[in-house]
Amino acid sequence: MAAQIQFSGGFQNAPVDAAHAFRAAMTVMARPGEIRRLTGSEPPAPLSVAAGTLLLTLCDPETKVHLAGATDTYTVRKWLTFHTGAPFVPASEADFAVGTWDALGPLNAYRIGTPEYPDRSATLIVEGDRLHQRNAVLKGPGIKDVAHLSLPDIGAMQANAALYPLGCDFFFTSGDQIAALPRSTHIRAEG
Amino acid sequence: MSEYNFAYLDEQTKRMIRRAILKGLAVPGYQVPFASREMPMPYGWGTGGVQVSAATLTPEDTLKVIDQGADDTTNAVSIRKFFENTAGVETTEETAKATVIQTRHRIPEAKLRDDQIIVYQVPIPEPLRFLEPRETETRKMHSLEEYGLMHVKLYEDISQHGAISTAYAYPVKVSGRYVMDPSPIPKFDNPKLEMDAIQLFGAGREQRIYAVPPHTKVVSLDFEDYPFEATKAEHPCDLCGAEDSYLDEVIMDDAGNRMFVCSDTDYCRSRRAAGHVGRLAEEDAA
Repeated sequence: MAAQIQFSGGFQNAPVDAAHAFRAAMTVMARPGEIRRLTGSEPPAPLSVAAGTLLLTLCDPETKVHLAGATDTYTVRKWLTFHTGAPFVPASEADFAVGTWDALGPLNAYRIGTPEYPDRSATLIVEGDRLHQRNAVLKGPGIKDVAHLSLPDIGAMQANAALYPLGCDFFFTSGDQIAALPRSTHIRAEG
Repeated sequence: MSEYNFAYLDEQTKRMIRRAILKGLAVPGYQVPFASREMPMPYGWGTGGVQVSAATLTPEDTLKVIDQGADDTTNAVSIRKFFENTAGVETTEETAKATVIQTRHRIPEAKLRDDQIIVYQVPIPEPLRFLEPRETETRKMHSLEEYGLMHVKLYEDISQHGAISTAYAYPVKVSGRYVMDPSPIPKFDNPKLEMDAIQLFGAGREQRIYAVPPHTKVVSLDFEDYPFEATKAEHPCDLCGAEDSYLDEVIMDDAGNRMFVCSDTDYCRSRRAAGHVGRLAEEDAA
């Protein structure tokens, strides 16, 4: 049974599925607040379809992955190892981290890049409730006037944005939904 | 063709490029290093743009490739054929029908939409490179936001020529932070850098990828008393009569005759198809 979960649930047609998945991921990262569907894989619980597909699209033996909280199960480790070969590391070394907001925190554990190489920072995949275009008000690159997105912790995201051009970048996943928040976005609470 | 992996590159290379694109979008204008691959074409022929396009394309995309605005020059034709063979995507010469546009040194005249992606081929991604040859120093200058040298260069233009003589690859500041080389587009195209489409830049030999998300503030560097000017030849197009498009000058004979034509061949063709006629178009038809 374990073996079947470990080997199944990957991309059916890797080059095409990954191309579609990347286009969705790139679109939401380029347009903060936009919500897209992201499908193509069937990851083991508790990973959402969107989070699992994103990991298969971006991770390989060159990327270090941190499984936070409830996502760090034997089955998830086996599944990711079989499909991506990515090594598992603590939060402080991670290129990608996945988990609920509470399990991922605090943010200061993650790499934020260096002044010469701000790209060497962690990307956090935040699993959560259904995504909505409300609560936080977003402005900045990729946004025409203002955008809206339900964020788990506006204060922490504002502190991260204040580090610009350093800082972490975020994907938010729920079921087959995905949205993103790059460090370049200015955030304020609605109202 | 099933002999190739979709869009030529192997999946691990595409993942590496895709991660660089995402970081580039998160820090607009910052040059992300990437492990550029050998491509089946020489450096300088758009290997950076080709790798970015290969990592971006899906089978449903329609690809347009332009070289200095033209769809029918060697570079554009060969890259279009490359992706027809290796990715099996549809190709087009019409800007409006394309979903991904790879370009060398121009931005199309037609306004790009939010469902389009434009990929620039970049020879020298570092705007400070001709002022400071050391990569360690230019990295430090970017990290400290130390761009005084670039303003000195533009000032020297004015003191020597009476105006900013930089006509292409005109430096811009992106989202108020990074100074960026927009690739060798004419400065006429600089105002179009604030657009609805996603802009990706690939430099193969120099191994850098950078990006400008839609609606990002892009400011051409200038001075209060010498403001930036998007210039073009002071003529209408001799084939389609357009007064608003960037023009190429073509020498006609050895008696000094010349003509000006739209550099964007698709724009010129669509205008002529709509009945617009320039100074020399009727002679052509005769």
